[in-house]
Amino acid sequence: MGSTSEFSRRDLIKRAAALGLVAVPAMSALSACASGGDDDDAKPDKPAGGGGGAGEMKPLKVNASAPLDVVIFDGGFGQQYAKDAEAEYKKAYPQAEIKHTGTQDIAPQIQPRFNGGTPPDLIDNSGAKQMDLGTLVGLKQLTDLNALLDAPSLDDPKKKVRDTLRPGVVEMGQFDGDEVWVFYYAYTVYGVWYSKTNLEKLDAQYPETWDEMLKLCEKAKKKGIAGWTYAGQHPYYIPFSLYPFIAKIGGTEVLDRIDNLEPDAWKHPAVKAAFEAYYELYKKGYILRGTAGLDHIQSQTAWNEGKALFIPNGSWVENESKKMTPKDFRMAVGAPSSLDKSDKMPFGTLWASGGEPFIVPKNAKNAQGGMELLRIMLGKKSTQNFIKAVSSLTSLNGGTEGLTLPPGLASSQEALTKAGRNVVNPRLQDWYVSLQKEKIGKAALGLMMDGRLTPDEAIKKIQKYTDDTRKDDSVKKYKHK
Amino acid sequence: MQHGKYRFIAGFLVVPLAIYGVFVVSPFVQAIYYSFTNWTGLSSKFKMTGLKNYQRLWDDELFWKALGHNLLLLLVLPLVTLGLGLFFAFMLNVGGRRRKNAAVAGVRGSGFYKIVYFFPQVLSIAIVALLFKFAYNPNSGAINSFLDAIGLGSLHPDWLGDPDLALWCVTAVMVWSNVGFYVVLFSAGMSAIPKDFYEAALLDGANRVQTFFRITLPLLWDTVQTGWVYMGIMALDGFAVVQIMMDGPGPDYSTEVLTYYLYTKAFTDGQAGYATALGVALLIVTMVFAGIVMKLGRRERLEY
Repeated sequence: MGSTSEFSRRDLIKRAAALGLVAVPAMSALSACASGGDDDDAKPDKPAGGGGGAGEMKPLKVNASAPLDVVIFDGGFGQQYAKDAEAEYKKAYPQAEIKHTGTQDIAPQIQPRFNGGTPPDLIDNSGAKQMDLGTLVGLKQLTDLNALLDAPSLDDPKKKVRDTLRPGVVEMGQFDGDEVWVFYYAYTVYGVWYSKTNLEKLDAQYPETWDEMLKLCEKAKKKGIAGWTYAGQHPYYIPFSLYPFIAKIGGTEVLDRIDNLEPDAWKHPAVKAAFEAYYELYKKGYILRGTAGLDHIQSQTAWNEGKALFIPNGSWVENESKKMTPKDFRMAVGAPSSLDKSDKMPFGTLWASGGEPFIVPKNAKNAQGGMELLRIMLGKKSTQNFIKAVSSLTSLNGGTEGLTLPPGLASSQEALTKAGRNVVNPRLQDWYVSLQKEKIGKAALGLMMDGRLTPDEAIKKIQKYTDDTRKDDSVKKYKHK
Repeated sequence: MQHGKYRFIAGFLVVPLAIYGVFVVSPFVQAIYYSFTNWTGLSSKFKMTGLKNYQRLWDDELFWKALGHNLLLLLVLPLVTLGLGLFFAFMLNVGGRRRKNAAVAGVRGSGFYKIVYFFPQVLSIAIVALLFKFAYNPNSGAINSFLDAIGLGSLHPDWLGDPDLALWCVTAVMVWSNVGFYVVLFSAGMSAIPKDFYEAALLDGANRVQTFFRITLPLLWDTVQTGWVYMGIMALDGFAVVQIMMDGPGPDYSTEVLTYYLYTKAFTDGQAGYATALGVALLIVTMVFAGIVMKLGRRERLEY
């Protein structure tokens, strides 16, 4: 049951690939348009050449002397990985001048440039102040990245970039049609994060069932350790383990209906069961005192200090909390525990999806260059550099060979292998940002986990917010295919 | 001669007026214009939609909630800040014990206190907000640690995580960071009041409370009124503190304020047209407030 969407996802890849073949001529016309744009001062695209070693492929017909303007979100992953890739670009195109900007203020800094028609060539549109992707797509402000996906990959010219990626990544960047507007460079594994060392101190393993989870929390409580903590000021971290839990209980179609903003989507029994299970953590006093007042860094710190065993989070946490994490912490991620035997999906069902959305604006002066930089970033050298530097996976399938992975990343890798096809990818947080963060997160889930709302009240409230969003015609709507 | 004078004055005014027109007046006009469009802020294309944004605003629950918070701040913030400012300034200048050869004096060490009070003013609001964010941390923050130390550990409020407390936490920080400025401002005002007034009052047997309400406050009224308008504008803003301490509208929108809501609409939801309509609403509220304060506060001016 749960794997139906997975099949369609695979079909999609095939279909998209086929379409890609047919659409190659159209694509090059499109991309020419993108770089030319409506700017008068854009230089005509010269065929590749100029610097770089002879015989090197330049499949994207990059203008070797055109300057490249890159904006990188300076968050959990920093910006060094991008600078390193830019150095590679510079090696291939020595005449190109590269302007690099690192910022946390993506929207306030970049939005005016979109508006003025002079956007950068490549943007890592991430963080709390990311620009709304749905709106950018709706306004036709982005370049279709199929040209990049159909270009040969950096390491194996016989393979297209598209064929070197993890499943689901390309589809995440699509909205209505077959165009790929967004490319997710990082690959994030969401779930219940814990310390193997701290569990061993309690003679415990990661609990595979909810009963074991409750028992373990009880045991910890007796020793004065809380079972769970979460980013109380950012309660939209709770879904990182709660949504896959819902999917596990009721199947992925429950999440799909939630993403599609269907009426009564939240009233599904699986949602209620999952909410009640989490609410029990509060009722039994298994949540770290004061959690509701902690932000993400503060809650991660408390967790690193061993004050709580579990925290819902994404795989960026290993890099983000590096300075706080004790040496023998042995960070690991667990998939949601099973509620009971009637769960629709097996233990191991996990939320994993692309992170760090990269976009190439339509009016970029050097859109080809922006895509070329992405192609370089997807090469083995840059990928491994990223993995080593920030301990996160990338969208390149593999790339970890020969690397000694830090514990959290190794555990993400293991969890992915174990999940196999049972990977879910709820889209609420990409499609409806304020619904997910402020309404569901801060105005419902956060209050429920703090005992201010019962699960029934929380569901009712969330359903109402969902209905409001569905009826709000100023919000662009998306649907699972 | 008269003509020449006006030309002379106009010659000096042309440049500043032009600058004022371009950089102050024209953005206002532009914002009002955009508020009648469906501009997204992400592209330069948009359509006129007439009053649609304002209609939507009227039906928008969150707008009213944010406005409610702003109005609450508008009442509480100036009252508390100016009240404390007046009280401290009075104590520093007039409230002390009588000493020889001086009709009035501040409490002992008043020079030192003045510096202490003013200190938050030299810190950037970003630093202040961040500082308090740590102080409010329920587990390792200064405030709960203090409560633990005096035996009130069982209270253990979640501060910023508690929808009933969050707005008050924000208000407290705004008061803390502003009070010092008014202490200094009012001190300056008070030192301009002739000492003979106080001497006469004291000879008539007035106590400290009476001297404050009969002499200090009436003579300081203009300054207080200006302070009230400034504090009111602070209350209508509040963006920086909310943004840094809460990183959003807080639990259950408990700290949503108009400026933050406007920012969300403009920069995360891509609805810049609606955001400018919110901005216009904010402008109207600010003007109404300033008008009311000026009207109510009008008094005869005492000369001394």
